[in-house]
Amino acid sequence: MKQQLEKIRQEALAAMEAAADPQELEALRVRYLGKKGELTAVLKQMGKLSAEERPVMGQIANNVRAAIEQTLEQAKTHLAAKAMEAKLRAEAVDVTIPGKEVSLGHQHPMNMVLQEIKGIFVGMGYQVVDGPEVELASYNFTRLNIEEGHPSRDRSDTFYFNDDDSVLLRTQTSPMQIRFMENHKPPLCMLAPGRVFRKDEADATHSPMFHQIEGLVVDEHITMGDLKGALTTLMKRIYGEDSVMRFRPHHFPFTEPSCEMDMQCHKCHGTGEVDGQVCSTCHGEGWIELLGAGMVHPYVLENCGIDPEKYSGFAFGMGLERMAMGRLRINDLRLIFDNDVRFLNQF
Amino acid sequence: MKLNRKWINEEFVDLSHISDKEFVETMTVFGQKVETYERMDAEIKNVVVGKVLSMVRHPNSDHMWICQVDVGQDEPVQIVTGAQNVREGDLVPAALHNSWLPGNVHITKGKLRGEKSNGMLCSYLELGLTQNDLPGAYEDGIWILNDEDCTVGQDINQVIGNDDTVVDFEITNNRPDCYSIIGLAREAAAAFHKPMRHHEPEVHGSEAGSIFDKLDVEVPADKLCSRYTARMVANVKIAPSPKWLRQRLRANGVRPINNIVDITNYVMLEYGQPMHAFDYRYITSGKIVVREAEAGETLTTLDGSVRNLTPGMLVIADDSRAIGLAGVMGGENSEIVADTTTVVFESANFNGTSIRQTALALGMRTEASGKFEKGLDPMLTVPAVQRACELVELLNAGDVLDGTIDVINYVPQPRTLPLEPEKINRLLGTDISREQMVQYLANLEIPVEGDTILVPSFRPDLNLMADIAEEVGRSYGYNEIPTTAFKTSTQGGYTPFMQAEAKAGELCRAMGYSEIITYSFVSPAVFDQIRLPADSPLRDALKIQNPLGEDTSIMRTIALPSMLEILGRNNAYHNKAVKLYELAKIYLPVEGQPLPEEPKMLLLGTYGAGESFFTLKGELEAILAGLRIKPADYTAVSDNPSYHPGRCARVSVDGVEIGCMGQVHPLVCQNYGIDAEVYCAELNFSKLFELQLPEPTYTPLPKYPAVTRDLALVCDESQTVAQVEQCITAAGGKLLRKISLFDIYRGKGIPEGKKSMAFSLELRADDRTLTDEDSVGVVSKILDKLEHDLGVQIR
Repeated sequence: MKQQLEKIRQEALAAMEAAADPQELEALRVRYLGKKGELTAVLKQMGKLSAEERPVMGQIANNVRAAIEQTLEQAKTHLAAKAMEAKLRAEAVDVTIPGKEVSLGHQHPMNMVLQEIKGIFVGMGYQVVDGPEVELASYNFTRLNIEEGHPSRDRSDTFYFNDDDSVLLRTQTSPMQIRFMENHKPPLCMLAPGRVFRKDEADATHSPMFHQIEGLVVDEHITMGDLKGALTTLMKRIYGEDSVMRFRPHHFPFTEPSCEMDMQCHKCHGTGEVDGQVCSTCHGEGWIELLGAGMVHPYVLENCGIDPEKYSGFAFGMGLERMAMGRLRINDLRLIFDNDVRFLNQF
Repeated sequence: MKLNRKWINEEFVDLSHISDKEFVETMTVFGQKVETYERMDAEIKNVVVGKVLSMVRHPNSDHMWICQVDVGQDEPVQIVTGAQNVREGDLVPAALHNSWLPGNVHITKGKLRGEKSNGMLCSYLELGLTQNDLPGAYEDGIWILNDEDCTVGQDINQVIGNDDTVVDFEITNNRPDCYSIIGLAREAAAAFHKPMRHHEPEVHGSEAGSIFDKLDVEVPADKLCSRYTARMVANVKIAPSPKWLRQRLRANGVRPINNIVDITNYVMLEYGQPMHAFDYRYITSGKIVVREAEAGETLTTLDGSVRNLTPGMLVIADDSRAIGLAGVMGGENSEIVADTTTVVFESANFNGTSIRQTALALGMRTEASGKFEKGLDPMLTVPAVQRACELVELLNAGDVLDGTIDVINYVPQPRTLPLEPEKINRLLGTDISREQMVQYLANLEIPVEGDTILVPSFRPDLNLMADIAEEVGRSYGYNEIPTTAFKTSTQGGYTPFMQAEAKAGELCRAMGYSEIITYSFVSPAVFDQIRLPADSPLRDALKIQNPLGEDTSIMRTIALPSMLEILGRNNAYHNKAVKLYELAKIYLPVEGQPLPEEPKMLLLGTYGAGESFFTLKGELEAILAGLRIKPADYTAVSDNPSYHPGRCARVSVDGVEIGCMGQVHPLVCQNYGIDAEVYCAELNFSKLFELQLPEPTYTPLPKYPAVTRDLALVCDESQTVAQVEQCITAAGGKLLRKISLFDIYRGKGIPEGKKSMAFSLELRADDRTLTDEDSVGVVSKILDKLEHDLGVQIR
C-alpha cells in the first residue's frame, strides 16, 4: 500500500508538472484527488489495515495528498502566468501607429498674448475692465484734454456717426480712464484692453481696427518714479528680466509729464547693426518703442472729480498688435484679421 | 523736421565736437526724438577736386579726350572724358578709381577704346545736384569748379556742402517752436548745457520811401488771423542766392529758386515762421485784404492748379481778387518773377485749425501749412520779417522801405507761473534743488524771477506746475529719476463677465473650435447675403458717416455674417474641416440714446467631415454645461431665413431666448461661396452670463442603488423627443432621476407613420433600495400618462 501511494505521488506529480493547459490539469486533479480518484481508491483500503499500521499509513497518505495539492497549485499558477504572457504577446501593438486624433481649438494669437499680459497686471493688483467701443467724443477727446480742432479729431482720422461729431468709434482705450475714474474713488488700479478704430487703410502695418491696452493708477503720492518702477517691472515680466529699458520725454494731451518707454533691441543689443547690416528688428534705431505713458494730467483728474492737489497718478497705453507681432514674429498685420486656420493653428 | 548740424554749429551753438551718434542719443532722451539721421556725404566717396594739366585727343575717338589730372597725389592721374567743355587748367570733380556716386554708381579704372582711364570727370548731375543748386553752371558737361573756392585734392563733398549731417526729428505737436532751426538749436543747447548765441536782426533801411505810402492792410477775418505783419522792398534785383544760403536750403530739402523766394524759405526754416513774398505790381490799389473766400471763388496757386474755394478758407486778396491762399500757397497772379521790382513780405499768424482744414480740403498740405497748423507764436512775425529784410540787405537784393505794417488782432499776454519746487519733486519722485531747477529752466530760456516763472511766448505748452515738472524732469534726465515701487491697496482681478468669457473660450477650444477676431464694422450688403427680410429691425444699424469704404461702413447688428465671411475665406483657401468661434460685440442702436447697446455674442461656425446638426448641438450642450447653465430647450424654427428651414432651433434657457443654431441655409452658403454644409450657433453671451448658476455645493452621493428600466415607445412621426420626455418627467415623480434616449427606430414591426423611441429610465430613492413594486408602479404611471396625453403605447 505504501508502494501504491508512492507510485501515485510520483505519477501525479510528473503528470501535473507536464500539464499543458488548465483543462488537462483539472482532469488530473479529478483523476488523483477526486471522489473516484486513485488516491481515494487507495484510502478506501485503509480499513483492511491493522490498528498499528493505520495511523502510519494515514500519515503517508496525507503527505501524498498534500504533495499533490501543492504541485497542483504550483502548476495552476505557472499555467496562468504562461496564459497571461501569451495573451499579452498577442495583444502587442505597433506603438508607432498615430494616436487617435483629438483636435483642440486654438486661441487667437492676439488674445493669447493679451491673456498673458492681463495675468501679469492682475497679479500686480490691476482690475481689468471693459467699456463701450462706440463712444462719446467727450470721453474720447474733450475730457482727456484733447481740444476742439485737434488733428486727431479730424474726419480723416476718426470715424463719426453724427453730424456734430459727438459720437464716434473710440480711437484709443484712454476714454476708459475717464469712465473708471467717474465710477471709482482712489486708490485706483485699472487695466482696460480693447478694440480701437482709426481711419487707416489696411496694410502690413495698419488696420482700421486694432487693440490697445490702457492702464491707470491713481492714489495719494504717486510719483514719476512709481510710474518707472511699475512699468519696468511689468515689461521685464513680459519681455524677460534681462531686458534693458529707457524712458524719454514725449507728449500726450492727457498726461504731463509724458514719456515713451523703449526697450533695447534684443537682436542688436542697441547697436543698430547685425553683422554690419542695419538691424531688421529695430531698423537701426537700437531701441524698440514699447508704450506711451505719463503722469495723469491735472485737468483730466479734475474732469473726473478727483482733486489733483491731493491725488496723482500715472497712465499708460500700448498697442497689442505690435507686442504680439514682435513676440510671435508675425510680419504682416493683415494676417491677424484674415483668420486663415493655417495661421491660427500655429499658435 | 529736418535739421542740418552745420547750420546750428555755425550760427547758434557749436556742437561740432559731438559725434552724430551722441548728438542723436542725447537729443532723443532729452525729448526731441530723432527718427533718422544721415551723413550727406554718404553717397559720394573718393571724389576730389582735380586740376586738368593736359588734354590730348583720343587716338581712336573723334570726341574723347585723354586728360592728365592733378588730384593732389604724387603723380597725375590719366582720365578719359567725352566732355567738350573742359580746358587745360580747369578745376573739375574727379571720381577716382573705386569711387562712389549717388545712386550706388561705382567707378573703377578701366580702358576706354584702348586707353587707360583711372576714373571719371563728373557733371553736377552725376553728383546729385541740380540747376537750382548751381545756378549758371554748365548743364551738358563737366562741372567746372574754377569759381568754387576749392583746392586740388579736396574732397568734393566739402565743395558741395555735403560735409554735414541731416537729422530728422519727430516733433511732438505741443512744441510748434521746434519746427525751426532756432527752436531745435535752443533744445540742443539745453541738452548739452551750452549757451546759445542769439542774433537780433538789424535793418539799415534806405531812401526808397515808406511802406505806409504804398500799402494798406485790412484784416476783416480777424478771428482767423491774429496778426499780419508786412514790410516792402523796392528796386529788387532778382538773382541767384549766394552759395552758403543755397547749401543750407539744399541740406534741408528746399530747392533754391531766387534770392527773394530763397529768403522767405530761409526765414521759414530758421524761425519757423512761414513767409510769403508778393510782387507789388499785382496788388491792385495797393491794398491787402485778409478775408474768408467767397462761395464760388477760385484761385490759381503757384503750382498752376485752379483751386475752388469755399467760405471758411482764408485768402489774401487785393481789393478785387484773391492773390494767395493764406498760410498754404501763394497765387500765380502775384508770383515773384525775373522782372519783379517791388516786393511785399508777408509774415502773419493764421489760425492753425483753419489752415489745416483748408489744406486738407484742397489736398495741398505744404511746408507752410504744416507749420501753421501746429499753432505758431504770434510774437514771431516781426523778428521774421526783420530777418528777411536784413537778408535782403545782406544779399544786396533791393532797398528796404521804411516802416512795418503790423495788424494785431490778438497776441497772448505775458504769462507767469509760480515755481513750486516741492510740488515738482513730489510729482517726479526726485530731490532736485530749487537752484538746479532754475538753472534747467534758464538753459531752456525760460526765465525765473524770484518765485515766478516768466513763460516765454514761444512756449504755449507751459500752463501749470506739471508742465514745468516735465521741463525739470527731462533736464534732470527721465532715466535718472529713481525707480520706486508704490504699494497698491487694490485687489486685482477680472470681472465675473470676463471670467465667464475666458471659460467660454476654453470650452470652445476644448471642442476643437479656434478663435477668430473680425472687424466690428461690415458692409450693408451682409443683410441681403444672409437673406434678412427687408423689414428686419436688425437692418437698422449705426452708420459711419466717413467710412473707409462701403465694406466697413456700418456697425454690425448681427455677428453671423462675420463668421460666414471667415468660413468662406477658409473654404476658398481649401482648408478642410474648419471649426471657428468668436466672442464679439454687436452694436444695437437704442432709441433716444447716443450710444448703442453692445452685447457680446458667442458665435460657433463649422464645416467639414463629421459635422452635423447633432454634432454642433452636442458641443453646444457641453459648452453650456461647462458654463454652469441649465440644459437649454431647443425649439424647431422654420422661418429663420439664414438657416435650413428643417434644421434650425431656437435655443432658450428657463424661457429666455439666448440664440439659435442650425445648418446655414444653402442659399446663404452660396452667397459666401461655400459649397459644403455649414453649421452655426449664435448665442447672446451677455444673456447667457445672466443665466449662469451659482457655484455648486456638494450633494451627498447616493447610498442606495439605482434601478434601470428601458421603454420602447411607439409614437406618431410628428411627436418629438422633447414632448415624450416632458410627459415621462411629469409622470415619473421624484424617483425618476434620469431619462436617456438610446434609439429611434422605423421599419419592420412599426406601422407606417409611426416610429419607436427607446428610453432608458433611471429610478432611485435616497432612503432605501427600490423594490420591484416601486419601479413597476412608476413605469405604469408613466405609461398611463403617455397613453392618455400623447396616445403613445409601449411597443
